Amino acid sequence: MRSLIDIADLSVSEIDELIAKAEDIIADPDKYAEKCKRKKLATLFYEPSTRTRLSFESAMLELGGQVIGFSEAQSSSASKGESVADTARVISCFADIIAMRHPMEGAPRVAAMNASIPVINAGDGGHNHPTQTLTDLLTIKREKGRLDHMTVGCCGDLKFGRTVHSLVAAMSRYEDVDFVLISPEELRVPEHVRTDILNASGVRYRETESLSEAMESLDVLYMTRVQRERFISEADYVRLKDTYILTPDKLETAKPDLSILHPLPRVNEISVAIDSDPRACYFRQVLNGKYIRMALIMKLLEVE
Amino acid sequence: MIIGTIVDGIVIDHIPAGRGMELYGYLGLDKLSCEVALIKNAPSGKRGKKDILKINEVIDLNFDLLGYIDPHITVNIIRGGERVEKRHPVLPEEIHGVIKCKNPRCITAVEQEIEHIFRLTDRENRVYRCVYCDTRAK
Ligand SMILES: [Zn+2]
Repeated sequence: MRSLIDIADLSVSEIDELIAKAEDIIADPDKYAEKCKRKKLATLFYEPSTRTRLSFESAMLELGGQVIGFSEAQSSSASKGESVADTARVISCFADIIAMRHPMEGAPRVAAMNASIPVINAGDGGHNHPTQTLTDLLTIKREKGRLDHMTVGCCGDLKFGRTVHSLVAAMSRYEDVDFVLISPEELRVPEHVRTDILNASGVRYRETESLSEAMESLDVLYMTRVQRERFISEADYVRLKDTYILTPDKLETAKPDLSILHPLPRVNEISVAIDSDPRACYFRQVLNGKYIRMALIMKLLEVE
Repeated sequence: MIIGTIVDGIVIDHIPAGRGMELYGYLGLDKLSCEVALIKNAPSGKRGKKDILKINEVIDLNFDLLGYIDPHITVNIIRGGERVEKRHPVLPEEIHGVIKCKNPRCITAVEQEIEHIFRLTDRENRVYRCVYCDTRAK
């Protein structure tokens, strides 16, 4: 019995298999409509994240399975002080697989150590969010037809942006991927990402403060949101939140086949004027999130 | 005084200078009723200075913990006034229930019952990280 807590729990070949499975589901969804019949997914969301929860739930429903769970801590046993470990043991009696979102880092790991069913980390604070990374990888694969030989730009909050750290870690395992890290000085990637991921894998990367300067070299542009809750001072947040906003004029030097991704929700990092540009992939990315979760649920439930 | 005159006991030698007191706490030596001596900044041929712990009783030691502090530590078991065994700890893959995660956002910070576990993630630089939140042990 396996769980998915950290994207590093999966090998490159397992990721490639999941992507291939998701592409097969997209090609023929009817074939998968009853794969998880009579199986139950428990969505244990200790903090609200409607988009992620609905993505998991619709994935399970499209596999013919059913869904139980809660969507905020107030309505759950956690509000009565039950430990994550106990909740995981109890839910193991009711469901076949768990998707857990929790504000504290490592809570899904605790659940996985105590549950007798697979646990999927649906986001633990600012730490890991492996199904977002799988979604990003599937999107890049579908848009570009490959995950190697490309230049990936990551823009915005690279300090607290866990989706960027995971994406960089996952993409650096593929051949000939270059990174351009675009952020203000205050929001550069943290030291551990530089030493443990970038330097350890030996990928080529450069850091810049100018989105316009980086634009022409990019095959993929991954935009991120500057999140208020990651800042200690409101003044810092206000000063930095509008630093990088993607507008149509900034795309003038971009490649015609650039792919623009964003984990959503956006605040104002991407002008709505770009939504109709064929290079904008972020709504297709949401759809891909459902398909990769279908593939993942099947893999962890060992459904062929 | 027991220095040099242990009959049955343990001498933990080659502790990195300055870390003897920390090890004293980790090993729970404060709870022993036998004689215990901490020698700080003893001269050491290899590294200039070292700390030494002498315990006048043969107790069970957590070798994973010693290995985490420093795999160069040596443990001498003394019986009948003679050294009968000399052991070196090895760098443990995991260390359970000793070092505490200091990350206030870690699940271990709000759920007191969870065992703190650190895993070796970089053998060369002896880096340990919390298995829950990946915070580096300090
Ligand atoms: Zn921790």
